[in-house]
Amino acid sequence: MKRAVAAILAILIFIVLGLAFAKIPFGNVNLEDYHYYNPIQDKQTSDSVPAHYLKEGKNETGSTNIVTAVVVDYRGFDTLGEVTVLFLASTGVGSVMYIFEKEKRRKVRRANAVVETASKLLFGFIILFGAYIFVHGHLTPGGGFPGGAVIASSFLLLYLAYPKFHAEHKSLNVAESLAGLTFVGVGLIGLLVASYFLYNFLPFGLPTYLFSAGVIPIIYVAVGVKVGSELTGIVDAMMGVRE
Amino acid sequence: MDLFMVVSLILIIAMLIAALVAAESRDLISAAIAMGVVSLIASILFYMLQAPDVAITEASIGAGLSLAIMIFAIKHTVRWEK
Repeated sequence: MKRAVAAILAILIFIVLGLAFAKIPFGNVNLEDYHYYNPIQDKQTSDSVPAHYLKEGKNETGSTNIVTAVVVDYRGFDTLGEVTVLFLASTGVGSVMYIFEKEKRRKVRRANAVVETASKLLFGFIILFGAYIFVHGHLTPGGGFPGGAVIASSFLLLYLAYPKFHAEHKSLNVAESLAGLTFVGVGLIGLLVASYFLYNFLPFGLPTYLFSAGVIPIIYVAVGVKVGSELTGIVDAMMGVRE
Repeated sequence: MDLFMVVSLILIIAMLIAALVAAESRDLISAAIAMGVVSLIASILFYMLQAPDVAITEASIGAGLSLAIMIFAIKHTVRWEK
């Protein structure tokens, strides 16, 4: 009886919510007279938001890669939230697996010679590739998240090849905290200079060069280091051997 | 039908087959490897759709990290589904 009443109530609530949402217009019917207020230039334009990003993104952020311009500059606060979510996930995995580790120690077996030698040769190159991806995030496709994931996969290679290997927790934590502090610190400097968070306060420089686009490379290096150390921490919690 | 469409159709059919294997297989290690194949083909499709950054992320996280962690978890529990 109670269940039936609850189900009917829930259905009624959903119907009311649906009718309420049906009254709200999302977007504009006539795409021709679309009005977008641009806070940076303080004027009305008829461009839609994506068209504005494609047309003005290079001038407003200095970044050649428009995806990076959106992710780090226009939607920089979202990226800070994403990095925080990843940090929480890494912390959760670490805390759960730590209790599990203490109860039971793992037996380990050596990998074969081919894997050991190949991983020794490849490790540096994979780290270099990951660093290239996030250092050139504002010029070529890629950025902090892919670069960090590539760096974490190079550490995974070491975990597979050498069962006794484990990354130092202290240096992982230091790298992660410093990267997070850099991100928030750059945002706060922007708040001091131009009165809004994550303002691009450095000079843009010449587009398509390494030192261009103001604070975007700094933020992307910080995101890359942070994602790399967090994912390495997850891999370490899952596969590492504590002595 | 141009070449792009043919190649992407073949890849999508292979992806569906791999996903079915992952869902139906009783051997958990082959199910995990089939999941890795799904991620790998997804990353190839992302590359064909001109999103190389998403392709790199998908290949390293989907086919690399999560596959390794899943196989490690299976190694420490049971391999065959009852």
